[in-house]
Amino acid sequence: MTRQHPVLRLLLLSLFLALAFAPFLFPGTKSVATASRICIFIVLAASYDIMLGYTGIVSFAHTMFFAFGAYGVAIPLSRGWIGWDAILVGTIVGAALAALVSAAIALLSLRVQKIFFSMITLAVASLAQILATQLRDITGGEDGLTFSLPAELQPSFRFLADPIFGVRADGRLIGYYLTALIALALFLLMQRLVASPFGTVLQAIRENEFRAEALGYRTIVYRTIASAISAAIAAVAGGLMALLLRYVGPSATLSFDVMTDILLMVVIGGMGSLTGPALGAALVVLAHYYLQPFMQMGFDSLADVRILPALIHPDRWLLWVGTLFVLIVHFFPAGIVGAFRKH
Amino acid sequence: MTPVLETRYLTIRFGGQVAVDSVSLAFHAGTTTAIVGPNGAGKTTFLNLISGQLRPSAGDVFLRGKRITAMATPARARLGLGRAFQLTNLFPDLTVLENVRLAVQARAGAGLGFFHAADTRTDLTERAQTWLSETRLSARAHNRVTALSHGDQRKLEVAMMLALEPEVFMFDEPTAGMSVDEVPMVLDLIAAIAASRDKTVLLIEHKMDVVRRLADRVVVLHQGALVADGEPAEVVASAIVQEAYLGIRPANG
Ligand SMILES: Nc1ncnc2c1ncn2[C@@H]1O[C@H](COP(=O)(O)OP(=O)(O)OP(=O)(O)O)[C@@H](O)[C@H]1O
Ligand SMILES: [Mg+2]
Repeated sequence: MTRQHPVLRLLLLSLFLALAFAPFLFPGTKSVATASRICIFIVLAASYDIMLGYTGIVSFAHTMFFAFGAYGVAIPLSRGWIGWDAILVGTIVGAALAALVSAAIALLSLRVQKIFFSMITLAVASLAQILATQLRDITGGEDGLTFSLPAELQPSFRFLADPIFGVRADGRLIGYYLTALIALALFLLMQRLVASPFGTVLQAIRENEFRAEALGYRTIVYRTIASAISAAIAAVAGGLMALLLRYVGPSATLSFDVMTDILLMVVIGGMGSLTGPALGAALVVLAHYYLQPFMQMGFDSLADVRILPALIHPDRWLLWVGTLFVLIVHFFPAGIVGAFRKH
Repeated sequence: MTPVLETRYLTIRFGGQVAVDSVSLAFHAGTTTAIVGPNGAGKTTFLNLISGQLRPSAGDVFLRGKRITAMATPARARLGLGRAFQLTNLFPDLTVLENVRLAVQARAGAGLGFFHAADTRTDLTERAQTWLSETRLSARAHNRVTALSHGDQRKLEVAMMLALEPEVFMFDEPTAGMSVDEVPMVLDLIAAIAASRDKTVLLIEHKMDVVRRLADRVVVLHQGALVADGEPAEVVASAIVQEAYLGIRPANG
């Protein structure tokens, strides 16, 4: 569509370079884990943007599809089938299931009205949450599942005896680049998709569904395919998350906190651009990692002042996030990307 | 010869009001029919019933002899029913070229391409450009619709129907709201379609000079009912049209 603003391009390039060289630029277990998380959430937020930003449908079940992939990987691994084949099979099964369920929801409800779709996704997502905590034998209930990874992904694994630029050539490094490359591939795939004839029809549906139908597009088919693709990609992101955490549980994958984060990423970054949600993902993940502890510090140092500490107590995190959300929606309805849009 | 398009006892009620009242009409290939009538007569509603945006309370629609009353809008469009809307009805945040290309792409059945960039289908883009130049919109190709003047939006509305290359063209007051110097171009485009022997044109139009120039048949709707049907000269002169328009709109022309 329109060409990107230089500032925006600079931001995106910096994000790309930072992620490409994260283990070398920001060595340390915690920062590499943060970079992994950013990669994963870029995929998750961008896949959500295909629904929200491109097709104009609001789904609350995106974390459920994320969880499908995460549990898909966790279930075989936690039962002792530890291998790359288990990871591959788990991801594929999770993604296929996500695509199927998502398509089914879309077919059943999108025919009626978009708001109906949103409500059904909410109901199904709540059901999934209950199931994940109740089906203890399969999902590990509230506690979730912990598991070990194949040898090549373990910190003790060395693929080179000597460090590369001072960074240990270990399984963690392999894990990071595996995540980053898959994330990049999926992101490019999504960019392809939204620029394709199919993607243009999705935008047409968002803009004016009535007219899209009058041109002969069966919009229900397009929306169903879009939901299925979006869900499958979210599931792959879930699989990567499982590998990163070596743990899968309801709160890490299924909770509405994750859903709020995704929404926040997409809205802060700017809907309907993919690059917007990518920037949003980076911002929100960084804020989680560095702002919350920062608030804790502020809280501790202001412990004897009166109201202030209560406001910056780490538990007030959501309050601030909510405030930020409202401000952004009000002042930058098109997010970061929209603020830099050339007309 | 079976008519291209036919309605039988087509009726729709909104609450107690009968907006289209048992209208039976047949339209043959190569003909241009003007649909006239005062505001609220049911003209747009009649087209909505044909193109599928509304389902009739009673009666049927036939396309080439096939009953399509229950068929969904997209399927009707793919069978060759083209529609340009009275109230401009576009994809506002997309560019002019993208709007038309969506129509070209629909016509080519190419919407389910997933892995190539839409603008690499140069054949589709070129066709879209052709329609833009036909409607003198080429200079605006890369503007968003929201940046267009009202007149240009009306032209785009027409361009998108042309790009669909339908068999039946339904124009709903195509020149309403256009500036005077843009009108002749649009009328020429419609005249060119009307002149072809295999296309069928339905034209809702208030201006009687336009009706006389383009149409070879005029039907009059009044309170949803068909009240006159015939040659333009005789229908326009008839008492019922004079009455229907008198006091509501001056019979300009
Ligand atoms: N979806 C709807 N629901 C309820 N009433 C409707 C609907 N669509 C049309 N009507 C009513 O049906 C009647 C016919 O409307 P229509 O738009 O077909 O008139 P028209 O002949 O196209 O008029 P105009 O010349 O003003 O465009 C009007 O009274 C209108 O209010
Ligand atoms: Mg009308």
